[in-house]
Amino acid sequence: MSFVGLHKKLERNSGLLIFGILVVASIGGLVQIIPSLFQESLRTPVEGLEPYSPLELVGRDIYIRESCSTCHSQQIRPLLAEVERYGTFSRAGEFVYDRPFLWGSKRTGPDLQRVGGRYTDAWHRTHLIDPRSVVPESIMPGYPWLAGRDADDGSIERRLRALRALGHPYSDDEIEGAARTLDGLTELDAVIAYLQSLGTAAPGEAGP
Amino acid sequence: MPAAAEPVRAYDDRIVRAFTVAAVVWAVLGMAAGVWVAAELVWPTLDFGLPQLSFGRLRTVHTNVVLFGFGVSALIGTGLYSVQRTSHVSLYLPKLAWFVFYAWQLAIMLGAISLMAGWNGGKEYAELEWPFDIAIAVVWVAFAVVFFGTLARRKVNPIYISNWFYGALIIVVAMLHIVNNLAMPATLGKAYSLYPGAQDAIVQWWYGHNAVGFLLTGGFLGMVYYFLPKQAGRPIWSYRLSIIAFWAFVYTYIWAGPHHLHYNAVPEWVQSLGMVMSLILLAPSWATLVNGVMTVSSAPQKLKTDPGLKFIVLALAFYGLATFEGPMMAIRSVNIMSHFTEWTIGHVHSGALGWNALITFGTFYFLVPRLAGRKLHSERLATVHFWLALAGVMLYVLAMWGAGITQSLLWLTLDDFGEVRYGFIEVMAALNPYYLLRLVAGLIFLAGAVLMAANFWLTLRGASTERAYPPAPIAEVIA
Repeated sequence: MSFVGLHKKLERNSGLLIFGILVVASIGGLVQIIPSLFQESLRTPVEGLEPYSPLELVGRDIYIRESCSTCHSQQIRPLLAEVERYGTFSRAGEFVYDRPFLWGSKRTGPDLQRVGGRYTDAWHRTHLIDPRSVVPESIMPGYPWLAGRDADDGSIERRLRALRALGHPYSDDEIEGAARTLDGLTELDAVIAYLQSLGTAAPGEAGP
Repeated sequence: MPAAAEPVRAYDDRIVRAFTVAAVVWAVLGMAAGVWVAAELVWPTLDFGLPQLSFGRLRTVHTNVVLFGFGVSALIGTGLYSVQRTSHVSLYLPKLAWFVFYAWQLAIMLGAISLMAGWNGGKEYAELEWPFDIAIAVVWVAFAVVFFGTLARRKVNPIYISNWFYGALIIVVAMLHIVNNLAMPATLGKAYSLYPGAQDAIVQWWYGHNAVGFLLTGGFLGMVYYFLPKQAGRPIWSYRLSIIAFWAFVYTYIWAGPHHLHYNAVPEWVQSLGMVMSLILLAPSWATLVNGVMTVSSAPQKLKTDPGLKFIVLALAFYGLATFEGPMMAIRSVNIMSHFTEWTIGHVHSGALGWNALITFGTFYFLVPRLAGRKLHSERLATVHFWLALAGVMLYVLAMWGAGITQSLLWLTLDDFGEVRYGFIEVMAALNPYYLLRLVAGLIFLAGAVLMAANFWLTLRGASTERAYPPAPIAEVIA
């Protein structure tokens, strides 16, 4: 059948049209996504990378809740200026416990992938509550409410179990003891713990 | 009027009116949220220490409300209007169509509230948590049933081109939405993505880019293919070109996602493929542009008299600009500069304001008087809106280009010792004037949208929806 003939059929049959669109639109995605899902190097952790501790995980989920990744990337490109500013460039194996990934698409604020250990906990505490008290030019919002909320909202066990179901290596003991490790800590402590963990398993030297 | 022999049901236009009104309301609310977050970047304490008004949460509300409240409501409304007219039948399962209307509006409203309350999946433009994802999928399938059901009952044999674009929107967005949002729920408001790290990134930008592709580009092209010829009073310049462009568009767009991940930790072949396909995409994108511009140029006198057509022509210009800028930014060496900067924000808004919003406004200026069965309340007000919209979007894009280029050049500058010359804070402080300019631009654009809303309200107030009937079958006319 000629191309025009085939098309005459297609434009007269809505079922066929639906099928045609589905097939034609699927090809690109299949070629790009399927091989990536089976590429082992994309899901093999770099040496020294541990799953998030319960406190860090709570902090990460708050980071997501407040949409921090709208303004802060976690992805250092292999460019001279970027490695100079933020540290060693990102490797896929550093993100295997990240669900979802938080690479971001915009830097209104600086990249945070290797922010762990750069500042003290006390600096973070002051900065998160009132950014302009430490960085006068900053346009970051303050997060005073984090200090008044418990890190444990009663769901940490369920969260760890969901992640274990996806393959994160948490032991029964870790899951059952998770709530105790959050005892007396606030959301602010959790966010700081998460920030301090970032990029610490970097391969090679971590930044200038 | 229908022939006496067989009672023909009037077109279901009340639902079109409902979607139109909803789209205008979401446009004003969503843009207002955008103006608010723009102001927060100038005066960061404008959140008053309230978590619900905090930049991260409110910006997500802004993108969700304009994309899915304004954009999708406009697409469903115009899609239901045009599928009836091009099929010469009223809607299949009109009650289901009303379910789509109420469920969608409810999902957007509750979704915005949930984002303000801190339910956030963390993936850009797919932030709503898993209960919403399921609800959205159900509503979307119901929309598909109404749309394709109507198409299947059509009295005109060939399926008109606008329906192909609306059809591709429905099918591909369903596929993207479901695959990207697969997750393991932990609590009602929290789920973890099925894909880890780098793989999640590849899936997300396949979704993110093609939501732009099939919703903001393809869906709105469906709008163009029906409403542009209607307003110009001329058939599409080349129907053949529209068909070739359609298949090239559907095939090529889906490959372009990885240009969002240049120099990121994903395989290089994925990035290169994304870049090449983004460049190729220029061809089908501009084929449609040529088709649209040629159609209008066969009826230039209409530009002076029809308030809606002006918007549509300007929208086509911005469509051409944005679909050229996109492939350029997808080139890896250009992307080094543009990625992570305000340039991206400028690009998105030249598309979202210049193309999507203007094409919708133009279409609504055509649609609302027809739904009301009377003339637009004020054509002069519509002209004022036109100039406000043009000024707003131009100023916005220029401000963000300026900010983006400033950012990238300063970030990448090294001194004689090979170290970065400008500290991050220094660069950030330099952007302040641009942020202020952008706020002004947003306010101007929003003011135009408010004028439009008032104009429509005055047009529709007290008017019951005009009844329109499918034309009699050709055989009957001849007899």
